[in-house]
Amino acid sequence: MSRNKKPSIEADSSGSRRAFLRSSIAAGGALVAGSSIARAQSDTAITQVQDWARRLGKGVDATAYGQPSPYEKDVVRRHVEWLTPSVQTSVNFTPLHELDGIITPNGLCFERHHAGVAEVEPDKYRLMINGLVDKSLVFTLDDLKRFPRRNQINFLECAANTGMEWRGVQLNGCQFTHGMVHNVMYTGVPLSVLFEEAGLKTSARWVMAEGADASAMNRSLPMAKAIDDCMIAFKMNGEALRPEQGYPARLVVPGWEGSMWVKWIRRLEIGDEPWHSREETSKYTDLLTTGKSRRFTWEMDCKSVITSPSPQAPVNHKRGQTVITGLAWSGRGTIARVDVSLDGGRNWVAARIDGPSLNKSLHRFYYDFDWNGEAMLLQSRAVDSTGYIQPTKAELRQVRGTNSVYHNNSIQTWYLKKSGEVENVEIS
Amino acid sequence: MSKSPEPVLVVASATGWALAYLLLLLGLAATPLGPVFAAEPGKGFGIGRPATAEEVRAWDIDVRPDGKGLPEGSGTAAEGEAIFAEKCASCHGDFAEGLDRWTALAGGVGTLKSDNPVRTIGSYWPYLSTAYDYIYRAMPFGNAQTLKPNEVYALTAYILLMNDIIADDRFLLSNENFTSVRLPNESNFIEDNRPDTATINEGEPCMNDCRAQVEVTMRARVLGVTPDDDNKGGRKRAIE
Repeated sequence: MSRNKKPSIEADSSGSRRAFLRSSIAAGGALVAGSSIARAQSDTAITQVQDWARRLGKGVDATAYGQPSPYEKDVVRRHVEWLTPSVQTSVNFTPLHELDGIITPNGLCFERHHAGVAEVEPDKYRLMINGLVDKSLVFTLDDLKRFPRRNQINFLECAANTGMEWRGVQLNGCQFTHGMVHNVMYTGVPLSVLFEEAGLKTSARWVMAEGADASAMNRSLPMAKAIDDCMIAFKMNGEALRPEQGYPARLVVPGWEGSMWVKWIRRLEIGDEPWHSREETSKYTDLLTTGKSRRFTWEMDCKSVITSPSPQAPVNHKRGQTVITGLAWSGRGTIARVDVSLDGGRNWVAARIDGPSLNKSLHRFYYDFDWNGEAMLLQSRAVDSTGYIQPTKAELRQVRGTNSVYHNNSIQTWYLKKSGEVENVEIS
Repeated sequence: MSKSPEPVLVVASATGWALAYLLLLLGLAATPLGPVFAAEPGKGFGIGRPATAEEVRAWDIDVRPDGKGLPEGSGTAAEGEAIFAEKCASCHGDFAEGLDRWTALAGGVGTLKSDNPVRTIGSYWPYLSTAYDYIYRAMPFGNAQTLKPNEVYALTAYILLMNDIIADDRFLLSNENFTSVRLPNESNFIEDNRPDTATINEGEPCMNDCRAQVEVTMRARVLGVTPDDDNKGGRKRAIE
């Protein structure tokens, strides 16, 4: 990885500009640390007038919808080809190792589809409410936007996030091990408001949410949750939902597994029993060592991960002041604390949570320290507002075995080497 | 939040339900997100229009384990075999055994406690209604919601035959006898009993000298299964 190639101080010993330029080129264009400059040559990034300081840049509207800098072109979602039989039934991953703060940019939110992206025409969008209601209703998108709105920031985590790691380390990157999560501000209409419009029968206990895509994705949702904090969202981070996130409207189910957040939602049926759809029987059930399987495991357990350093985000300085940062979240509330270990869990220190601490939202943590340049085993451990402690891999395997597929929220270990490279490892 | 899949709001009567609901609407019930908006109770905002019976029929395609939602119709396993060969076997295999990474629908009995559990309709799924519901709503892959009820019954019967749950390919599955067919793994589903690991009720998390010396036992890089393991997954500053 080019990030690992650091300019050599020794290479500058000739003191000539040519030698310095050679070492810069050898470094693959990486930025040269200021401390080495002081003992070598002045920095041409300063002493030479750069193109952007001399010439006029592009005018307004050069890109009507703004795009990231071309230098950020590698900050993209990625998928793992061998995981699924087709791209229409696949998943890709949020590049967590490149992000900071708590909000995930819309274009980087991971995708998971069951029959590809439905390209719903907004003029033909309809939401139906039927079943155990006083009156079955149909809403257009414009109708939905006439109801009082609510804004809430919530994480969405696929139940299978980290699922490839149950039996041991496999994927060498935070993006791949933990990237099936994103955190977005949603704007929409609470289900309680829509249900009031239709009038619930007294026997109403369950809601079936159904998508308009070619899998007609359907999940059962208990009524208490539906009227507590669920909503039909039509905006994400202020703009219309992206097609791959359910344009023009999706279900928001705060803190619960991502497959319940039905995209391109077309219907809410009210019933007195759950439906036991394919996505809550064949899939999204958790097989235990006893041969029994847990079902309706909706809540996402408290979890955290160090996003940098991580295999795709190595440390590019040799030693000295270093930022460890990561994310923590819980489907049961807020994050009370995050601890970081540098020695594989023998000793822990409290990390610093910075930014908003919101219910069922990602939390950003930091641990700033003076790296001695030696190899380390980095871990993070979160505790949520209910007192739940993120378990170790061994603790989770002890109670679940390794066939569960879903709900792997165990502590991740990154091996930080002397070189600054980082690797996903299992420890004793 | 109760973890029971059974009724989660216990209300004794219509009045009780309405009262509990009203409290919620008025923001008097504790919600973590502040007050929920309300129209005048019982009236709503007058937004939306009634769904027609034809519209509800067109979209109300779901089927439950108790048979609610099953359309009238029937089909035999033998009829299903022909449809399966034409519309399903290219992914699921001639005998529903699965092809490549596409899902196996039959087999796997006795594997759930093994290191390689094979979850099929016969070995894993709790309810046959799920097969009917899913086949109509999502299959054939890329041509969904086109099968006729008789075809879905026939395909479902064929899958039962391939799983040895029925023995005769003349078996006629219909909306009349559908709920009499039970799948063998139904009783092996249990409710969510998490949290199943420690909370601070069992003690604060350890901070110092928590465990013995740590050693690396397994490394992801050795496996080499990560996409772009050597370059693109990492960051390149240069524009190529």
